[in-house]
Amino acid sequence: MSGFRGPPRKGENYELSADLNSEYREKRKDAIKKVIANMTVQKDVSGLFPDVLKNMQTDDLEQKKLVYLYLMNYAKTQPELVILAVNTFVKDTDDPNPLVRALAIRTMGMLRAEKILDYICDPLNKCLRDDNPYVRKTAALCVAKLYDLKPELVIENGFLETLQDMVADSNPMVVANTVAALSDIHAAAVLAGSSTDTFHITSTILNKLLVALNECSEWGRVEILSALARYETTDERESEHICERVVPQFQHANASVVLAAVKVIMIHMRHVKSENLNKQMIRKMAPPLVTLLSNPPEVQWVALRNVNLLLQKRPDLLQNEMRVFFCKYNDPLYVKVEKLDIMVRLAGEGNVDALLSELKEYASEVDVDFVRRSIKAIGQTAIKIDAAAERCVNVLLELIGTRVSYVVQEAVVVMKDIFRKYPSTYEGVIPTLCANLDELDEPEAKASLIWIIGEYARKIDNADELLGIFVDTFTEESYPVQLQTLTAVVKLFLQKPDGSQGLVQRVLNTATKDCDSPDVRDRAYIYWRLLSTDPGAAKAVVLAHRPPISLPRTTVSPQLLEELLGEVSSLASVYHKPEETFVGRGRIGIDTVQKKGVELADDRAAAQKALQTVAIGQQAENLLDFSDADGAEDGQQPSGLAATTMLTSTPAAANLLAGTSSNPLDDLVSIFGNASLSAPTVQPQSAALGGFGLGGAPSPLPPQTPSVLQAASPPTQQSGQEDLLGLF
Amino acid sequence: MASLIAILDLKGKPLIQRSYRDDVPASCIERFLPIILDLEEDGAQVTPCFTREGVNYLHIRHSNLYLLALSKRNSNAAEIILFLHRLVSVLIEYFKELEEESIRDNFVIIYELLDEMMDFGYPQTTESKILQEYITQESYKLEVQVRPPIAVTNAVSWRSEGIRYRKNEVFLDVIESVNLLVNSTGNVVRSEILGAVKMKCYLSGMPELRLGLNDKVMFETTGRTARGKAIEMEDVKFHQCVRLSRFENDRTISFIPPDGEFELMSYRLSTPVKPLVWVEAAVEHHKGSRVEYMVKVKAQFKRRSTANNVEIYVPVPDDADTPKFRASTGTVQYAPDKSAFVWKIKQLGGGREFLMRAHFGLPSVRGEHDSMDKRAPITVKFEIPYFTVSGIQVRYLKIVEKSGYQALPWVRYITQNGDDYSLRTALEKGSAPIVPM
Repeated sequence: MSGFRGPPRKGENYELSADLNSEYREKRKDAIKKVIANMTVQKDVSGLFPDVLKNMQTDDLEQKKLVYLYLMNYAKTQPELVILAVNTFVKDTDDPNPLVRALAIRTMGMLRAEKILDYICDPLNKCLRDDNPYVRKTAALCVAKLYDLKPELVIENGFLETLQDMVADSNPMVVANTVAALSDIHAAAVLAGSSTDTFHITSTILNKLLVALNECSEWGRVEILSALARYETTDERESEHICERVVPQFQHANASVVLAAVKVIMIHMRHVKSENLNKQMIRKMAPPLVTLLSNPPEVQWVALRNVNLLLQKRPDLLQNEMRVFFCKYNDPLYVKVEKLDIMVRLAGEGNVDALLSELKEYASEVDVDFVRRSIKAIGQTAIKIDAAAERCVNVLLELIGTRVSYVVQEAVVVMKDIFRKYPSTYEGVIPTLCANLDELDEPEAKASLIWIIGEYARKIDNADELLGIFVDTFTEESYPVQLQTLTAVVKLFLQKPDGSQGLVQRVLNTATKDCDSPDVRDRAYIYWRLLSTDPGAAKAVVLAHRPPISLPRTTVSPQLLEELLGEVSSLASVYHKPEETFVGRGRIGIDTVQKKGVELADDRAAAQKALQTVAIGQQAENLLDFSDADGAEDGQQPSGLAATTMLTSTPAAANLLAGTSSNPLDDLVSIFGNASLSAPTVQPQSAALGGFGLGGAPSPLPPQTPSVLQAASPPTQQSGQEDLLGLF
Repeated sequence: MASLIAILDLKGKPLIQRSYRDDVPASCIERFLPIILDLEEDGAQVTPCFTREGVNYLHIRHSNLYLLALSKRNSNAAEIILFLHRLVSVLIEYFKELEEESIRDNFVIIYELLDEMMDFGYPQTTESKILQEYITQESYKLEVQVRPPIAVTNAVSWRSEGIRYRKNEVFLDVIESVNLLVNSTGNVVRSEILGAVKMKCYLSGMPELRLGLNDKVMFETTGRTARGKAIEMEDVKFHQCVRLSRFENDRTISFIPPDGEFELMSYRLSTPVKPLVWVEAAVEHHKGSRVEYMVKVKAQFKRRSTANNVEIYVPVPDDADTPKFRASTGTVQYAPDKSAFVWKIKQLGGGREFLMRAHFGLPSVRGEHDSMDKRAPITVKFEIPYFTVSGIQVRYLKIVEKSGYQALPWVRYITQNGDDYSLRTALEKGSAPIVPM
C-alpha cells in the first residue's frame, strides 16, 4: 500500500498520519477532524488516504460521516485504494440503523471511481427494497448517480424498472425522490442523444403523482410538478383535471412550488379550449404571483423575470396590479430594473398618470443607472400610449429643466424616439432641447439631438449654425455622431439649399478626406454622388418617409415565448434565452464528438432556435435604437444590419423565422453574408454542419459561426471530425 | 438542481463547499467574485443568476457572505435560490449567527447538514426542527445511536410522534405589517397589508387543528352570514402542514401543526390603507450653511389604541453636522450612518399630534448637483397592539386529539410597519403645502 504513495515523512501531514494511527479513539477522531479542516481550506491531504481509510469502521456515526466525506473528496485521486473501502460500505448497507444504511448507499454513489461501481449494484438493489422509507428515498437517487457514471449498469440491473415500480410507493417522499431520479436520468439520456423515453409518464403514473403531490414535502412537490409538466394529455378533460388538481398549490408558502404550479398550468392550459376556464385559471394565478414579491430580493427577481414572460403571453394577467410593482427605495437595482419593465408593460390609459408621477420620482434618485432607465421608461410609455404622449413630454421637459447632465442627455435620447413615433407633433420642444446643446457630452445624446435638428431643419432657423458647431469639431467626434452630423447636414441642405451649401461642402470634404472610419467615408461618398448626379433622387432617398416606431409586445419570438413559458422558473426563463444558448457542453471529448453525429438533427434545431433568438432580440432592441432609422444607408454594425435584413424579409430570413428551413446554413450565409464577412458560398454539406455543432460555440455568435464553417468544410463526415479534433 | 454549493467570504474565498455532482469543477468557485467585479466595472448590473462559459452561477448575499450554487443544466432557479435562503435560516437556527467565524468553528456539522439537506443536487429535508433531531452538535450523545426521525419521510414530515406536554397550550399571533408609500402631494400611492398568523404549539400527540377566520370567501361559499365584518384576503399562503386541497374546496384551514413555533399562514390585502402614523417635514435650507427641519407626527387611528416604540427616520444630507434637536415628546438622535435623524416616541396615543425641530450645520463648500441631492423618503417604525388594520379575527381554533385532552388557545393581535412604510413628505419650505387626507 505504501509503495503506491508513501505517507509524508515530516510536516503536518506526517503528524496527522501518526495521530490517525493512534491507539486512542479520541486522538484518531480529532485527527480526522483536522484532516477535514485542512481539506476545507484546500490543503492537499490526499496523501493520508490509507490512514483515514483505517478509521472507517467505527460505531461513532460522526466519525463515520467524516471519513465518508473524505472518501467522497479524494476517491477520484486514489481509485486503487477506494477498493479497500468497499467491504465496509457493503457491510454498512446491512447495518441495523437505517441512518447508516442510507449514509453508506448515498456515499457509495458519490465516490465516482469506476472500480467500485460493480460492487454497488447488489447493495443498491437491497436498499431500493429496504423496509425503511429513508433508505429507499436515498437509494432512489443513487440510481440516478449510477446512471450518471455508467448507464449500462443501471439498464443491465433493471434498476429503471425498479424505479418505475417505486413511483407507486406508499411513502410520498420516496415517490418524490423516485420522480427526481427518473427525471434526472431522462434528462441525461436526452442529452446523450438517446431517443427512448426513459421516463414515460402514463396515465396510471399521472394519478399516482397527483395523489403524492398533496402529501409530500415542499421540494418533493416541485419535482412532481415538473414531472406533471412533461405529461402529454390525451384529451381536453384530462388537461382540465390536471389544472384543477394543481391549482391549490398556488397557496403553498414556498415560492418555487408556486412557480412550478404556474408552469404546469401554463402548459396544460394550452389544451383547455373553454375560454371561461382559461380566464378562471388566469384570475387565480394573479394574486399568488403578486405575493411572490414578498420574498427575498433574489427570489423576487426570478419571479419578476417570469412575470415579464407571462405578461407577454397574457397581458390581461395583472391588469389592475401595476401599483404593486412600484419600486421600493431599498430594492436592489436588479429588482428595480425588472419592475420598471413590467410597469411599462402594464401601463394603460387608466393608470398612466400614477405611473408617470412615479417615474418622475425615480428620475430624481441617486443611482444614475436607475435614473436613466426610468427616463427611458417614460419614453416607452409615450410610445406605447398615444393619449399620454403629451404628458410624458411635459415630464421630460421638467426633467430637462433640472439641468443635471445625465438626466438631460437621457431625456434628449428619449425625445428623439418620441419624434420617431409622433413626427412633427412636439416641435415646440426643440428650442429647449437645443438650448442644452452645450451640456451634451455623450455620443448617443449628441447623435440624437443632431438627428432631431436634421429632421426638423426646415423649422429651426439657426439649424445651420447649430450643425456648424458639430462640423467644426467633426474629426474629434465619435463615429455615430459623425454619421448623424453628415446625414443631418445633407438633410438641411436638401430642405434649405440657400446658405448651407458651404456647410455641406465642408462636411463632405472632411468626411471623405480626414476621416478614418470607412463607414463615414462611404456614406459621405454616397451622398456626394447622389447630390452631384440627381438631387431629386437624393431628396427621395434622404428625406424619405419612415414608418413610425412602436413598442414590441414581446421581447422574444412567439415560438421561443411558448418554449420559455413551458419552463417557468428555470434558468432559461430567467435569462429569456433558450436552453441551448447557455447549457454548456463544455470541452468536447472523442465520445461526445461521436455522439454529435447522432445529435446532428438536434443541433440544427438548436442552432436555428438560437439564431432566431439573437435575431429577434436585436430586432426588438433596434426598434428603439435609431441607427436603423436611416434604413439601408446605415451600415455601421453588422448586428444592426442583420436585424435590418431580417426586417426586409429576405426569403431565407423568413424561412428561418418560420423555423421551416431545411438547411439553416443557407440562412446563415444569407444573413451574415451581408455583414461584410466573406462567408463561403460553398454548398454546405452535412459534414460541415456536424463540424459547426462540434465547434463548441454554445451560442453561435454571428461573426464567429461562418469562420468555424470555413474550417470545417471538407467533404466527408469522418474527415470533418478529424480535422476539428486536430484543432483541439 | 445544483451541482455544487459553496459559502464564500466577501473576498470570494470559499469557506466551505460541497460538490453534489461532478460536472462543475471546483475552480469555478474562485472565478465567481472576479466575474462580479468585472460586471460592476463594466457598469453592467449584477443579477442573482448569470452564466459564464457553460456554468450557471446562482447566488445570494447574507451579511458578509455569499452563498453560491453552481449548475451546468437548465436548472430550476427559484428552487435553488430558495434552497440557499433555507440553508441560511437552518444555519442561523444552529449557530445563532451565520458569519465567517461560526462557519469555521462548525465546519463538521455544516458538512453533515449539507449532506442531509441536499442529495445529488436535489433539496431534501430543510426543516431545521427535524434536522436538529438527528444532527446535533453534542456528538457525545451519539452513544445512543440516532436514527432518522420517522418525520423525515412521513406524510407528516414536520412533526415527530410521541410529543408530550403536561399543559396543552396554543398561542396564536396575528401580525399585520403595513407597507405603504405616500407621495409628495400627500396621497397614498401604494399600500398593502401583509398578514401572518404565527403559532406557538405546545400540544401532545398528533393533534388535528382547525382554524376559523372571518374570511369573506368562506362565508360566501358556505352560505353563512357573517356577524360583523368579514375580510377579503387577496392571496393566502400556507405552511406545508395545511391541507391545500381542503382549503381549495371549502376554505377550511385544517392541519396537524409542527411542534413549537412556526408561521401557519400569511395573507395579503391590497385594500387602500390610511397611513396609521402620518409624518411630514418642512425643510429649510439656508444658503448652504445650515438646514432646519420641522417634523410633524400624527397618529391617525382610534383613541383607544396606542402605537408603541415609534421610530421616525428623517433623511438629512450626508455631510450634515452639529445637530440640535427640540421635541415636544420622545427623544431624537442623529444617525450619521443612515444619513438621518431618528425621533423615538415610546408611546403615541391615537389621535395625538406632536412636533419637533432639528437644526444641522452644513459645510460651506458643496458639490455641483445640489438640486439632485435627492434623499430617501421618511420611514417609520411602529407597533400597535390589540389591533389589526384589516379587521381579521380568529373565530375559533378547534383542537382534536385522540386522547381527548382540552387545550387552551390564546390569541394576540398586532399591527406594525412593514419593510417599506415610507412617506415622501419632506418638502422644501415654501413649496406647496401638504393636505393630509
